[in-house]
Amino acid sequence: MTLATDALAGGFVEAPVQSAQAFREILEVMARPGMIRRVSGATPPAPLSVAAGTALLVLTDPTMRLHLAGAANCPAVRDWVAFHIGAPLSSAEEADFAVGTWDALQPVSRFRIGQPDYPDRSATLIVECDQLVNHGPALTGPGIQTATWLNLPETAAFRVNRGLFPLGFDTLFTAGDQIAGLPRSTRVEAI
Amino acid sequence: MTDQAYNFAYLDEQTKRMIRRAILKAIAVPGYQVPFASREMPMPYGWGTGGVQVTAACLVPEDRLKVIDQGADDTTNAVSIRRFFQRTAGVAVTEVTAEATVIQTRHRIPETPLTEGQILVYQVPIPEPLRFLEPRETETRKMHALEEYGLMHVKLYEDIARHGQIATSYAYPVKVEGRYVMDPSPIPKFDNPKLSGNPAIQLFGAGREQRIHALPPWTKAVSLDFDDHPFQTSKAPHDCDLCGARDSYLDEVITDDAGGRMFVCSDTDFCAGRRAKGHVGRLGEAT
Repeated sequence: MTLATDALAGGFVEAPVQSAQAFREILEVMARPGMIRRVSGATPPAPLSVAAGTALLVLTDPTMRLHLAGAANCPAVRDWVAFHIGAPLSSAEEADFAVGTWDALQPVSRFRIGQPDYPDRSATLIVECDQLVNHGPALTGPGIQTATWLNLPETAAFRVNRGLFPLGFDTLFTAGDQIAGLPRSTRVEAI
Repeated sequence: MTDQAYNFAYLDEQTKRMIRRAILKAIAVPGYQVPFASREMPMPYGWGTGGVQVTAACLVPEDRLKVIDQGADDTTNAVSIRRFFQRTAGVAVTEVTAEATVIQTRHRIPETPLTEGQILVYQVPIPEPLRFLEPRETETRKMHALEEYGLMHVKLYEDIARHGQIATSYAYPVKVEGRYVMDPSPIPKFDNPKLSGNPAIQLFGAGREQRIHALPPWTKAVSLDFDDHPFQTSKAPHDCDLCGARDSYLDEVITDDAGGRMFVCSDTDFCAGRRAKGHVGRLGEAT
């Protein structure tokens, strides 16, 4: 078995500090839905963005089942994940984390939403986007003082997800080195 | 100076990832207690092992850390945790609430209002608000799943029947965003109003009980009460004897064996800040 040498590059240079700095940004965007921040440190192979690769390095490890959706499920990404993370790849139904474009992740109703006594046992989706801007559907709920806006790929799926609360999946949106969060607790409304 | 014998912020990376995932799920489901694989820390349970692990998972080298124990920066627990992170993470420390980016606290919320960009980490002994009413974890988990909180109201009602008022004065339960009943850790109920709509991120770590829960910023946390017995905060009916503050939470200090006593702000930074501005209480000296 051969491993493309590219797969060996693109990880954190100083993992403890870089992962701490990236996690703080991820914590901020998850705690304040709609906020867009920048993360860096990872340079994963295409088609993964810097932000998606960094989020994977920060949050996944050999104990987390990872689903690569659509174009993300290519040899270059699989090799990179195998070397830097070691997460077992899984189907969408079993995944703790999933990464891909919104279209590739469909139908999102496949993903784990947790159980009534353990709602934390749910999937986290990392959705690759072309861009992130504070324009589009309105977001309200915990973490948001009054209301904010984010260019979500759609609203229907997130309204259904919010309807399942406290069950449901949680979402991170990534574009280049930008990242935004949408936990299951957020109410979304098309405007 | 960072001790090079330790990984940044003491914990190994695998452990920090596990804690970080638990924190994110706790943020996503406000008030719900996420189980996590709490590690043994170089301090005994009950000394803030849960808070220390949450702080370790959140710290970045640029942080300015404040640690308080019952509001005080200068007590054993606060001093030793502050020095622990100075040594293992090399972070700057402060006693000034407004300058801190991460504040680890035992049983108080600072008097100075928190701001966006700050993280308040609570040390939690028993995270389960229903535990003293129902000892079985399987049952309390079911009660949370079914949103079955009648037992908690019975307990508050029995307080009223026995004492004429709700006698619970600390660890006063709150309902978070209309869903989960949460124990805010043993903060005095004086601090409960500060839980709700707070611009800072509030994280709760229980080491021995292996649970993390959270309140995202601007989250509604309503103290449980009854229409005819509304929630009321309480504090000693005095002014601070050092700084004269009328609206801060007070500690009672016995000063001799002849009944002498004084009341001082439990928040040492708040009290010192007021005295520096020239406020003087009954027993204080002008600086």
